[in-house]
Amino acid sequence: MEHYNMNLTVKVWRQKNSSDKGKFESYPVKNISSEMSFLEMIDVLNEQLIVEGKEPIAFDHDCREGICGMCSMYINGKPHGPWAANTTCQLHMRAFKDGDTVVVEPWRASAFPVVKDLMVDRSAFDRIIQAGGYISVNTGNAVDGNSLPINKDHADSAFAAAMCIGCGACVAACKNSSAMLFLSAKVSHLALLPQGDPERKSRVLNMVAQMDKEGFGACTNTGACEATCPKEISISNIARLNQEYLRASLTAEK
Amino acid sequence: MLDAKIPSGTLDSKWTDFKGHCKLVNPANKRKLEVIVVGTGLAGASAAASLGELGYKVKAFCFQDSPRRAHSIAAQGGINAAKNYQNDGDSIFRLFYDTIKGGDYRAREANVHRLAEVSGNIIDQCVAQGVPFAREYGGLLSNRSFGGTQVQRTFYAAGQTGQQLLIGAYQALERQVALGNVKMYARHEMLEVVKIDGKASGIIARDLVSGKLERHFGHAVLLCTGGYGNVFYLSTNAMGSNVTAAWKAHRNGAAFANPCFTQIHPTCIPVSGDHQSKLTLMSESLRNDGRIWVPKQQNETRKAVDIPEEERDYYLERRYPAFGNLVPRDVASRAAKERCDAGYGVGSSKQAVYLDYADAIERYGKIEVSKEGRTDVSKEEIIALGKQVVKTKYGNLFDMYEKITGENPYEVPMRIYPAVHYTMGGLWVDYELQTTVPGLYALGEANFSDHGANRLGASALMQGLADGYFVIPYTLGNNLADAIYNKAVETTHPAFEEAEKNVSERIQNLMNIKGKQSVESFHKRLGKIIWDKCGMARNKEGLEQAIREVQALKKEFWSDVRIPGEINEMNPELDKANRVADFIELGELMCIDALSRNESCGGHFREEYQTPDGEALRDDTNYMYVAAWEFKADHQWELHKEALNYEVIKPTQRNYK
Repeated sequence: MEHYNMNLTVKVWRQKNSSDKGKFESYPVKNISSEMSFLEMIDVLNEQLIVEGKEPIAFDHDCREGICGMCSMYINGKPHGPWAANTTCQLHMRAFKDGDTVVVEPWRASAFPVVKDLMVDRSAFDRIIQAGGYISVNTGNAVDGNSLPINKDHADSAFAAAMCIGCGACVAACKNSSAMLFLSAKVSHLALLPQGDPERKSRVLNMVAQMDKEGFGACTNTGACEATCPKEISISNIARLNQEYLRASLTAEK
Repeated sequence: MLDAKIPSGTLDSKWTDFKGHCKLVNPANKRKLEVIVVGTGLAGASAAASLGELGYKVKAFCFQDSPRRAHSIAAQGGINAAKNYQNDGDSIFRLFYDTIKGGDYRAREANVHRLAEVSGNIIDQCVAQGVPFAREYGGLLSNRSFGGTQVQRTFYAAGQTGQQLLIGAYQALERQVALGNVKMYARHEMLEVVKIDGKASGIIARDLVSGKLERHFGHAVLLCTGGYGNVFYLSTNAMGSNVTAAWKAHRNGAAFANPCFTQIHPTCIPVSGDHQSKLTLMSESLRNDGRIWVPKQQNETRKAVDIPEEERDYYLERRYPAFGNLVPRDVASRAAKERCDAGYGVGSSKQAVYLDYADAIERYGKIEVSKEGRTDVSKEEIIALGKQVVKTKYGNLFDMYEKITGENPYEVPMRIYPAVHYTMGGLWVDYELQTTVPGLYALGEANFSDHGANRLGASALMQGLADGYFVIPYTLGNNLADAIYNKAVETTHPAFEEAEKNVSERIQNLMNIKGKQSVESFHKRLGKIIWDKCGMARNKEGLEQAIREVQALKKEFWSDVRIPGEINEMNPELDKANRVADFIELGELMCIDALSRNESCGGHFREEYQTPDGEALRDDTNYMYVAAWEFKADHQWELHKEALNYEVIKPTQRNYK
């Protein structure tokens, strides 16, 4: 792979806190290596800002290996940037060329208010999980792990849904800011496993109610969420969610 | 000072006896007892959830925006358990034995045996929570091999085992939050332990969004804050992973044990330049099928594919025929360093070795062909089929490699090099996981107790969950049974006042420096000192020099660091400055510890102490102890030794040949 260096203009959203209005600022960055990750480019810019006596850009990031789900920004209008099935931290600068202007913004959704610059508050996701995204089993109650064989296809599908990293890109990509892909991934994960069966109906009803309460929009099946998801969570999970919801609504005892 | 409180009796009866005799707290009283849990990784989330289920009033803290993001999430390969589902000779004793031997005979027998005993319960618990472990076609759980063992006891969920286990623990935690048993404080960082009459009674935490300091009372404080690998700046740890909570505890009376025992993981993506902010691990599970090699010729310039088989040196298979590519991490890392230092390294930096999947792809391809009962299949087709199999097993890891390096690992061998990954050292704890400060506990990677001088792969997840799900629910009750007479202390108590004042002054001092150099630049310099002189190989001269350099760096930091912004706002540079200041102090202690341990063991390799063929040379006569350091004053520590008595295992030189 050929390495090269580039000069860029980074146009980034600056917002002091949740009550500030916020605006775009542009900064030049020089000699960025194509081998750097996108966040390392922001590190370089921040170092430059600190030296100039300005405030560095605040952004969420932690593991920098695409699994913690902390990083969250639109890069040139796309959540997590131009690469498919990718997180911001795994985007590398070879995606850009010399002279490019890169526009960086925080997630835009009323359920995800901006905390500062590129950081948003995603605690709504935690509250959706609190509403039922678990199996009620206290520590110490479990029987032997192999006492309950699980069809491999179901186990694999449950795993594929459980890969969700809770980053919020699905919400950010959706014109309605819907959280259906996130929610459906959790409902599917647990509905596909026999352990999740006893609470299957109450789980889906309660989680959907919480999602609505948090102010996420409705799903209109545009598929933008699936196309953006860094873990390629399938939109078929939303179909399963709808099925689960209908079934629960028609047959739930209370 | 050090009483490990190991129960009497035979090794395999200690934990059963302890559980049978420990004190209990009745449910009505549990509701009156408040427990603070700092950190929400595997240890913290499992502890907070389990204690909430028992009825304690729990407050849990994490610096991330959600407890689901703690760095346990990044663990890839798997979790060990002595289930013996494969009928290949595994047992509790064998897991215990492998762990002690893997740790180069520097861990406590009783703790490790307990770990092996509860390992099976962890798998059961996780399956019940809905953790989607890999399964076979018959619907039963699948296992794979990991380094330092000859049985298949590792349970896994593709290359995302840590994620799945953490999500399981996180969901259990959120269930307790919904029930009101746990109150969650995200984007909060613990900055001080509050002690009343010598007992841990709460913490001072900073709300990272508002910058405000908060006081929280607890009848007990549990630190589940992970390891300190980021002292090296470059490591596989998350950017936020830090030692601050543990270090505050240490400065406040908790002894710090074996700080120099750090794990360098053999298979990471090599450094590509000065801009690098972190290193990425390629799971140890890749050593199940991949073969590690370097060219037989020094300064080789040909591409890997152009080097014929007979000119390749599969050095792990050559040096360690019995374990081959699956030797423990410390051994594999040193062997890679040895080859690179001798001039056989590959890639543009020459600081890398090959991890090659060509053989595995062909082998799997042939198996697929024979499954279909076909003959007369072209080599291309075999390779294509083999790639499919490798993709299902390791796809996410291969994708990650390609994103980072821009090279396709299905076509060319991966380049890998060792990197800092885990820290075996940590806060000293007794059998009940209590530090030398009463009421203050350390769980998971934050404590020192189970891995000796080297941790085996897939054992960190096991230990974090063992501590949180199955150990602390018993041992905490044993101590809190006497606390039922103690009412919650008001946070207006002078001890809280003073602790908050100290924290506030320190933050003010940091902000007042108004120097010229960024926090990051200091962290980089610290990392380089520690990596060069207290990394994969250490010697007396280098360590002495490192101590002087770190002391000088500390002075410079406190007179020239520049922290922009204000105190009472979201200020990530200030958060980082707080952490780096603590890393600098820890760096000094690591070098002091490494210097005082005149032997080589596990990840601690002193160049002066090696066998003629370059293996670690232990000195059991003089160093078979845990080095627990008591903080006295800045730059001053007192060493306390906890002798390690091996009642069951007879320590020998580790042999993986």
